[in-house]
Amino acid sequence: MDIHEYQAKDVLAKFGVQIAPGALAYSPEQAAYRARELGGDKWVVKAQVHAGGRGKAGGVKICETENEIQTACENMFGKKLITHQTGSEGKGIYRVYVEAAVAIDREIYLGFVLDRSSQRVMVVASHEGGMEIEEISEERPDSIVRSTVDPAVGLLDFQSREIAFALGLEPNMIQQMVRTLKSCYRAFTDLDATMVEINPLVITSDKRILALDAKMTFDDNALFRHPQISELRDKSQEDPRESRAADRGLSYVGLEGNIGCIVNGAGLAMATMDTIKLAGGEPANFLDIGGGATPERVAKAFRLVMSDQNVQAVLVNIFAGINRCDWVAMGVVQALKEVAVEVPVVIRLAGTNVEEGQRILAQSGLPIIRANTLMEAAERVVVAWQNDLKQNTNIRIAQ
Amino acid sequence: MSIFLDRDTRVLVQGITGRMARFHTKDMLEYGTNVVGGVVPGKGGETVEGVPVFDTVKEAVAVTGANASLVFVPPPFAADSIMEAADAGIGYCVCITDGIPAQDMIAVKRYMMRYSREKRMILTGPNCAGTISPGKALVGIMPGHIYLPGHVGIVGRSGTLGYEAAAQLKNLGIGVSTSVGIGGDPINGSSFKDILQHFEDDGDTHAIAVIGEIGGPQEAEAAQYIREHITKPVVAYVAGMTAPKGRTMGHAGAIISAFGESASEKVEILTAAGVTVAANPTVMGETIASVL
Repeated sequence: MDIHEYQAKDVLAKFGVQIAPGALAYSPEQAAYRARELGGDKWVVKAQVHAGGRGKAGGVKICETENEIQTACENMFGKKLITHQTGSEGKGIYRVYVEAAVAIDREIYLGFVLDRSSQRVMVVASHEGGMEIEEISEERPDSIVRSTVDPAVGLLDFQSREIAFALGLEPNMIQQMVRTLKSCYRAFTDLDATMVEINPLVITSDKRILALDAKMTFDDNALFRHPQISELRDKSQEDPRESRAADRGLSYVGLEGNIGCIVNGAGLAMATMDTIKLAGGEPANFLDIGGGATPERVAKAFRLVMSDQNVQAVLVNIFAGINRCDWVAMGVVQALKEVAVEVPVVIRLAGTNVEEGQRILAQSGLPIIRANTLMEAAERVVVAWQNDLKQNTNIRIAQ
Repeated sequence: MSIFLDRDTRVLVQGITGRMARFHTKDMLEYGTNVVGGVVPGKGGETVEGVPVFDTVKEAVAVTGANASLVFVPPPFAADSIMEAADAGIGYCVCITDGIPAQDMIAVKRYMMRYSREKRMILTGPNCAGTISPGKALVGIMPGHIYLPGHVGIVGRSGTLGYEAAAQLKNLGIGVSTSVGIGGDPINGSSFKDILQHFEDDGDTHAIAVIGEIGGPQEAEAAQYIREHITKPVVAYVAGMTAPKGRTMGHAGAIISAFGESASEKVEILTAAGVTVAANPTVMGETIASVL
């Protein structure tokens, strides 16, 4: 789960990371009022969306008067911000963060990630702050400092000093940097984050180390023990279909094609998408209905897939281990009776209780196309989709 | 031979009183797996499918002589159960549980370092379908009837995609020595690399199938290991050619977030290491047959 910059700053500040004074606003008027409250003569107005690359996309404005703040905000609120991370749809701007501008001496990149190779938390830092880490690793790979943390003892002082010195910090800044690093590490582990990124972390001209931007991602599997973090979820930043799926315990990713997929198991779901493409179609979605899928869950999956206007055929591919084909078949039959599915449906069942599952489908009297193998299923769904398209076109021409 | 499991393996089921655990305990017993006990704190003295339940893993090991365990415990408590098994002297542990916090798994991996390599429990999973040595023992949730006994070793991140491979092999009359699920989580007990050497050392395994997917470094690490240490033919398939970058595809670990983590890059790396890569998921069986 991602959170906004202002939320991440609030979380990190509680662990001792220093931030510039700032406040949240829900309207241009409120933003101007916040600036007055903060005082000073220069502010940064930042669109709060779950994506990087806001600056280049026009989501960050430096303002020197209340009028400028109003104008900047009017160009943000209610608009979609399109950055290289949002896709062509963009993300809606409903909140802005107003921050007092600070005089910057130098910018540092600081990140904490789960390193899958060492299976530990890794600190990644560079004195080339402000650029994105992908750019840094391409253009200035030598500037990157990496350090993995032993979970038994946590991030140690000497490790933090090594990082600070490697970044070229002056001796009188080392202690402050050590505190910042250890605060971030504590926030990361105490709250089950999977990523903390401060870019830039700045050294101000009056020698303070401040987090000028902050991004945090949390482990969905650990949210059960952090209700205060769960509350920070902002559904306006999510694809509505994906949020609805997540709320129903289904794992869904919307794609651009026309063939809806309902599959059990993430690997098989990806393989099914790949096979549809191979057979000449384009998948409309990734959907893993998980282990132990009940008839209710299969019905929910159908509703979800059919809520995508682009879906013109559906492929159900279930290889049952933890769940059973007869349950899945009952689910399909129940779903097709409840949900109006006016597109061709191809079903391939295999595994536990497969004969019983096939019998339920055959006896249902529903216009289901059955397939025995993955290739057969993909080919049949693509053919059925193309025939259906032709037929619909013919009907339109006849009318 | 086979790896990790044979007819003599004595298996415990941790969390045996849960609904799914009961269902699969019955299934494993019917398959012929030697399930000798279950562990659920506070339910010692009960029986499930005729199998005695104990309060602690230590007690279960002392009474039954169990040497393997299957963890069916809910996510908040699963890491603790794995460590309990490691401490009780279990040699091989499979964890089915999906949804264990990543930091809990970091703790598990660190905890297991306290044992010397020879005494360290081998963990596969979490978030996997289990391990099967066809005709000998099944420790997991896979449908046993789709596996023929034979000489192909399978190791994969995805459960159901592993079934797909086994079923394709069965249709071609080809059997499996052992199939190991390493699971779809970002931090797992064993990587591809960890399992490959076991297959290399197993006289009954004549070829190895690696079933990977997008995300993480383990396929690339496996490629390097295969190039340097594996003499048996290796076939691979990588799922997720159509998966977009930066999106989590069901498995917590299936996300392209760095260079070398997409399906096409992995295919390239594996091919360069001399691995025969199946062009698509429907020809996994044929591709394996071609190297036998």
